Amino acid sequence: MSDTIEKVSIIISKGSLEGVYPGLIMANGARMEGIEANIFFTFFGMEAINSKHYEHLKVATVGNPGLHIPTMVGGLPGMSSFVTHQMEKQIAKLDIPPVPEFIQLIADSGAKLYACKASVDMFGLKRDDFIDELEDIITVGEFYQIASGGQIIFT
Amino acid sequence: MSTTLPGYHELELDAEGFLQKPEQWNEELAVQIAHESGIPELTDKHWQVVRFMRDRFLTTGNAPSIRTLGKESGVAIKELYQLFPKGPAKLAAKIGGIPKPHGCI
Repeated sequence: MSDTIEKVSIIISKGSLEGVYPGLIMANGARMEGIEANIFFTFFGMEAINSKHYEHLKVATVGNPGLHIPTMVGGLPGMSSFVTHQMEKQIAKLDIPPVPEFIQLIADSGAKLYACKASVDMFGLKRDDFIDELEDIITVGEFYQIASGGQIIFT
Repeated sequence: MSTTLPGYHELELDAEGFLQKPEQWNEELAVQIAHESGIPELTDKHWQVVRFMRDRFLTTGNAPSIRTLGKESGVAIKELYQLFPKGPAKLAAKIGGIPKPHGCI
């Protein structure tokens, strides 16, 4: 086995802000190292490539113990927007782009973006619901073919 | 090959071949580093990115992120990756004789 990673295929399965960013950062980081990168968006992870939603991703303030906000408080109206706003400020401070710009950056870097066919069918979505940068809607089997010879990372 | 100046591999380098002392850099070195990094010829566009990277590091103490490179170097992201397929920020830093950028972005 080679001691360097030549290719990664990253699965993004969650649609919250904190669910989407790690996979995007890893994909971008791979391209910056000259590593080939694919991203496979599945289930709610498809929010990150949904042209109507991807500007409005929110931090999950309920069921997210790492935030240290009591569940009942996290459920108060406006809480998610408030925490999202705080996190977006932190993200901007680190020169990390907002999700739409980040997706564009990653696509321009040559990474390929794919949506999961089963999820697309399940949610009743169409190609038009997604951003232009989406390469294709593919099956799990096709994903494994594309990922072949590289590392698979599930987020 | 110059006989008066020390060669690239005689300089202080990190494990990946990044110069540790930016002041030891010169254009001939840049050409050699590029060559050894898989870029056979440095075009004007390459130089534009390399100089932007180096100048920004020397004035601010930090190497610019790929986002900043795409926005401010005058070369867009797509073309940056065509010019430097093995990583624009990393390679432009290496060729420009500055330490490897440490940011995740």
